[in-house]
Amino acid sequence: MFADLSDRQWLWCAAGFYTAGLILGTVSLLRGQRTSGVLIYGAIVAGYILQNVGLAIRGHATGGCPLGNRFEIFQFTAWSAITLYVAVGVTFRSSVLGYFTSCLGAALTILSLSIPSWDAVRRTHIFGGNPWIELHAALAIFSYGVFGLLALTSGLFLLRHFSLKSKRLGGWFSFLPSILDLDHIEVRLLGAGVALLTLALAFGTVYWSRDTATVNHAKLVATLAVWAASAAALGLRAMGRLLARRFAWACLALFAAALLSLKAVDDSRHPATAEAQERGAP
Amino acid sequence: MSEPRLFVIGATHHNAPLEVRERLVLESESALRGDLAAVPGLLELAVLCTCNRVEFYGVGTDEGALDHVQSAYCARQNFDPAEFERIRIRLTGREAALHLFEVASGLDSQLVGENEIFGQVKEAYAAAQACGTAGAVLNRVFQKAFQAAKHVRTHTGIASGRVSVANVAVELAANIFGSLAGARVLILGTGEIGEGTARAFKSRGAADLAVAGRTPERAAELATGLGAATVHFDERDSRLADFDIVVCSTAAPAAVLSAAAIARAMRARPARPLLVIDLALPRDVEASAGDLQNVFLYNLDDLAKIAEANRAAREDEIARCRALLAERADGLWGSVQRHLASGPAPHPGTGAAGQATAP
Repeated sequence: MFADLSDRQWLWCAAGFYTAGLILGTVSLLRGQRTSGVLIYGAIVAGYILQNVGLAIRGHATGGCPLGNRFEIFQFTAWSAITLYVAVGVTFRSSVLGYFTSCLGAALTILSLSIPSWDAVRRTHIFGGNPWIELHAALAIFSYGVFGLLALTSGLFLLRHFSLKSKRLGGWFSFLPSILDLDHIEVRLLGAGVALLTLALAFGTVYWSRDTATVNHAKLVATLAVWAASAAALGLRAMGRLLARRFAWACLALFAAALLSLKAVDDSRHPATAEAQERGAP
Repeated sequence: MSEPRLFVIGATHHNAPLEVRERLVLESESALRGDLAAVPGLLELAVLCTCNRVEFYGVGTDEGALDHVQSAYCARQNFDPAEFERIRIRLTGREAALHLFEVASGLDSQLVGENEIFGQVKEAYAAAQACGTAGAVLNRVFQKAFQAAKHVRTHTGIASGRVSVANVAVELAANIFGSLAGARVLILGTGEIGEGTARAFKSRGAADLAVAGRTPERAAELATGLGAATVHFDERDSRLADFDIVVCSTAAPAAVLSAAAIARAMRARPARPLLVIDLALPRDVEASAGDLQNVFLYNLDDLAKIAEANRAAREDEIARCRALLAERADGLWGSVQRHLASGPAPHPGTGAAGQATAP
């Protein structure tokens, strides 16, 4: 029975589990109760396993890391954020972060699954068998996933900041982590995101320096802008120039910029060199 | 012969004001236990004595056992029995079990939802066990009371939020710094409320405390009592950057910490938040300091409002807790009734059921 499921069906199941985490958390919060960290973590892990299956099937079909269209890029970004949460999220000791991660996972996966045109063209072997380019692309999108988790943490920071400044500590706000913990997590995530994106760009540069003609300028400018902005934010934070609320807003803006830059990345696919496979809306 | 019955008799803060409760406090529980050893028909007994209540939980062969306990207690305390009649609670059967459930859960406490009573009930039960006066019925009732208390504390909001100014201040600090183990606390002023808050910080793990007072001798005395360092009061501005939490409670007629001084301190430690708790009247800290980045300023009114909101939230949970506890008390009472109907086991050391016990 399960063997007959398509990659999209597996990914729909994964989105269902992420949504279950979202619903569980929302119900708890509406009741004024602490969200169950174990239940939400369980829902996220279950969704993550199913998403792995779906992406593995897609990757097998496309002959590489599934990053050939906007649907795949959004799925991979969600997968990256959730990979990081599954790996280190428990150490954050925050069921609220789990709740927000399930929100992000549900939003990105359902959005990508709900817009058929994003998956209308499936490109195969887009990396031309070059593992370095595949690694470059995977690392770059993974870093976007890290920025996604950073955006969630920054959102929590802003909520905690608001609660402390407005002197509202009860109810929903009592479930938030401490503002100092959130700040530390933000800095570490931004550092990790910048490091991954730097590595991704380094691998890409080595390849493209041999053949500059294949470089898509819009994509290059967009990704370099995201990298420069994130590196600048990290530098300013280290110098004590970008702090607290402004730093959190900057991190949110970074993720928004990263998501916007995905359009340039997606548009950069060269139809002539890729084996395009037109298919009807699923 | 009448059926043995579970009972509770005593007086609490609900009907006995402080000056009366002072006279109700047991001076010697062991002496009273000696008196109660002669009470006919008393099968089991546990004594709960706190600053807000004196209660005797027991199992007696008949109603007369309750009267005897009351008489023995009034005689021991030299308390007018007629006055005791007016303020006492006297419950039997399921109502007695339910009362214990509510007491253990903190529902019957002066500060609803407080946790200390749970430990006090445990101590009372342990003392009864140690004296050999807790039998099959009290064992079951107390064990179920502990389970019920844990259940309502976990599944309702009865114990959520802090309800005293000192504890709200500590909770606030935890919302900013997480663990307080590494937080550095400056106590500015030697007022009683500041001292209480400092002790609350210490009890929650803050180890690095310093005291600065306008009277150096008093500051040194307080620092010694807290195991804290001292800071010269005139150096408060220059040393401000060394601390994460500042608790102000001086009796100074004007502000002792200016917004400019706090801004200077923040320039030296921009990335680390500063919590300023102003418990003084008139206020010790310029209100505009609260607008500074990474500075969180709370005054006495702010803390009192949070405490009051937490208290109101707890009150809202009482009805829900009572329903949960009543359900559990019904379940327990069914099994206890079956046990009592089959005849209670003889109390250890008393020979047969129905004989006088030696509580």
